[in-house]
Amino acid sequence: MLPPNVLSVRALTVALPRGADRRNAVESVSFDVGRGEIVCIVGESGSGKSVIAHTVMGLLPPALKATGGQIILESEELLGASGKRLRELRGSRMSMIFQEPMTALNPVVNIGRQIAEVLSVHTDMQPRDRQARVLEVMEAVNLPDPERLVETYPHQLSGGQRQRVMIAAALALEPSLLIADEPTTALDVTTQAQILQLIKDLRKRLGMGVLFITHDFGVVAEIADRVAVMQRGRIVELGTTREVLRKPSHPYTKMLIASVPSLRPRSPRTASSGRPVLSLREVSKTYNSTSLFGRREPVIALQGVTVEVRRGEVFGVVGESGSGKSTLARCVVRLIDPTGGSIRFGGREIASAFGESLRQERRRVQIVFQDPYRSLNPRRTVGESIIECPVNFAVSEDEAWARARELIRIVGLDQKALQRYPHEFSGGQRQRICIARALSVQPELLIADEAVSALDVSVQAQVLRLLDDIRKRFDLAILFITHDLRVAAQVCDRVAVMHQGRIVEEGPTADVFNTPREPYTRQLIESAPGREWEFGAELATASQ
Amino acid sequence: MRAESNIMAAEIVGVDVLEGDKRRHGFWHLALRSPPIVLGGLMLLIVLFVAIAAPLAFTTDPLALNTSARLRPISAEAWFGTDMFGRDMYSRIIYGCRTSLFVGTSVAVLAVCIGLLIGLLAGYLRVLDAVVMRVMDGLMAIPGILLAIAMVALSGASFTTVIFAITVPEIPRVVRLVRSIVLTVREEPYVESAIAAGTRLPGILWRHVLPNTIAPLIVMASYLCSSAILVESLLSFLGAGLPAEIPSWGNMIAEGRTYFQIYPRMVFLPGLFLALTVLGINILGDGMRDVLDPRISRTM
Repeated sequence: MLPPNVLSVRALTVALPRGADRRNAVESVSFDVGRGEIVCIVGESGSGKSVIAHTVMGLLPPALKATGGQIILESEELLGASGKRLRELRGSRMSMIFQEPMTALNPVVNIGRQIAEVLSVHTDMQPRDRQARVLEVMEAVNLPDPERLVETYPHQLSGGQRQRVMIAAALALEPSLLIADEPTTALDVTTQAQILQLIKDLRKRLGMGVLFITHDFGVVAEIADRVAVMQRGRIVELGTTREVLRKPSHPYTKMLIASVPSLRPRSPRTASSGRPVLSLREVSKTYNSTSLFGRREPVIALQGVTVEVRRGEVFGVVGESGSGKSTLARCVVRLIDPTGGSIRFGGREIASAFGESLRQERRRVQIVFQDPYRSLNPRRTVGESIIECPVNFAVSEDEAWARARELIRIVGLDQKALQRYPHEFSGGQRQRICIARALSVQPELLIADEAVSALDVSVQAQVLRLLDDIRKRFDLAILFITHDLRVAAQVCDRVAVMHQGRIVEEGPTADVFNTPREPYTRQLIESAPGREWEFGAELATASQ
Repeated sequence: MRAESNIMAAEIVGVDVLEGDKRRHGFWHLALRSPPIVLGGLMLLIVLFVAIAAPLAFTTDPLALNTSARLRPISAEAWFGTDMFGRDMYSRIIYGCRTSLFVGTSVAVLAVCIGLLIGLLAGYLRVLDAVVMRVMDGLMAIPGILLAIAMVALSGASFTTVIFAITVPEIPRVVRLVRSIVLTVREEPYVESAIAAGTRLPGILWRHVLPNTIAPLIVMASYLCSSAILVESLLSFLGAGLPAEIPSWGNMIAEGRTYFQIYPRMVFLPGLFLALTVLGINILGDGMRDVLDPRISRTM
């Protein structure tokens, strides 16, 4: 008679080393994962959800120690278990899949051998039987053409395929428990939909329990049977998905759910009648590889992109990775040179400009990047980073500092922040600093290149409100690049969908989302996880 | 080890484990608690002190010949004995510190400055990159010692020649290091932001790229220094180095070679000082490399 619960965690506490911002990474955490059940642990970064996953598998680094509680895997206590016993259990009774499939797979070993490794470690199967099992498991995860794929290396596969390989390796011995630590965060939305469906099917077919760690409520809505919400190391709410998402009881859960943007586009603002700030016509970018030994295929990153952005408007560009949206942003800001087409700022052509005339045009458009941890020079104070741009354009230092003080206040930080270094700030705060820096030279166009993608959902909501605020205050045009359809639905007035370097569909957000014309747009919208769930925020304000 | 696992912990937890430790992870705090730095630093300080205070360290004139007192053994008047010309070995060894440190530091500073300039330009300007790196490849193909011997044969032995002869083959190593750093830093979003903000090339190099090269260059400089001291000794030993009168450990070992079987101290004593100095610098360099690793020390 199999125990009903695959995993039981009771009052688990994991201590952090001295000097951290709290005593325990995880405190008094208790939950169960039943057979054939998917339990999601959801929380923001630093909440301790990954620590739980690593503790169950026995993969904690020496600095973190489990100081209390029990972890019971099918009637066996894991916390006191010997290293040898844990090794026996990993892969055979419990497995884990990680966030970054590229780094989780060995780049110099072909995938067939990597999947077979689990089998050779835990069983005495003959090579022929192992090979057969490898092919069997690759088919089970819907990898195309397993016979051929067995010989390939990780870098030859797409992100989604690599994640399937990881899942195949994890399930080769049909463990009772699968731990998934943000497995779809690094994947495109359409690929994510496929992987989530795969996990649901496998769970049903193999009857295993799944512990799914994520920060995305959409994913929770899509696959979870039960949900645990974590805040700063504690579980603040635990219940079925329906209960927690429909009627959350803890204020933190309520706040989180309210911060998730709704997929339903907000009511459109009064159409901005501002003059066009940015005008792109037939912009293209092709990468030609000039190699000594024969030419390889040229890569067409952008093709025939035609777009117009007006003052006071937020123009969204959505697409998956490889669609060309980042290339577009970089061409507009001239970090990359376009191969063809015209880019005009308020009438002046910059696609072919170079040298000093190009440099002068740079003050009219500024960009905020995705990674707040690498967007600021770690050796310069915040103030120095902000005044760099105006000083480049012959603004006096006094004037530049005055602007810096004003802007740092507008973005919601204290004046003292100007004397501090970037490492003293959180991700959300750093992104605010980057926005202040971008505004220091009073540009007409602000490009946000996945500017909120790396932020927690509550912080993301705050930064989006800030962007809206400054848009109104400075009558700014914003080109908003994102892969997150929810954010696009709430923030953008008009939206363009990009696919393989082309704009596939374009129009007012409400039209594109509610009545998509192109099949790709429809596929994109249908892949968004948790589509039926409204969640909270209508982030834009009602007024103009 | 502890710091490494703290980083891992931080990556898993997503919590800034070093957050509360900010002050305690500045350079000096880490440096003074690192055994290699303390040990190596101490050894180097002693050598430095000896070199500077040479005239005060109970030495006599290291160049003074005294043919009536040749090859005296260790005694109260001559702490390390005398050599074949009657010169006091102790004084020569102490003054030898000066020579070695002077050569070592000069080579390190010169190689780093020249290599830094070339590396910055080669790494940032694609046009220069190919040409410069091929020249560097060519330079690296020439054996340093042979180059040094050839230069000395052409221009005669002197401090300038020897320092120059040791520096030139070391420049490609510095250039490669700087160039690889420039290539990575060039792609960082904050450099792209600076470009988008209209910063010109000199500003980008000075403000954003150069500061990232300082720490690795300090470590490289320590290795260059110790390597230069050894090479100088080798050159002097081969007779292609400093003029014979200048007290240099290499010169002393060369001269002592003929008397090695009877008076081994003439080779061992300079050799011992040489070994300890180079060891001290290397230990210091190792310690610095660990402390200056940007993953562990956030504020650098």
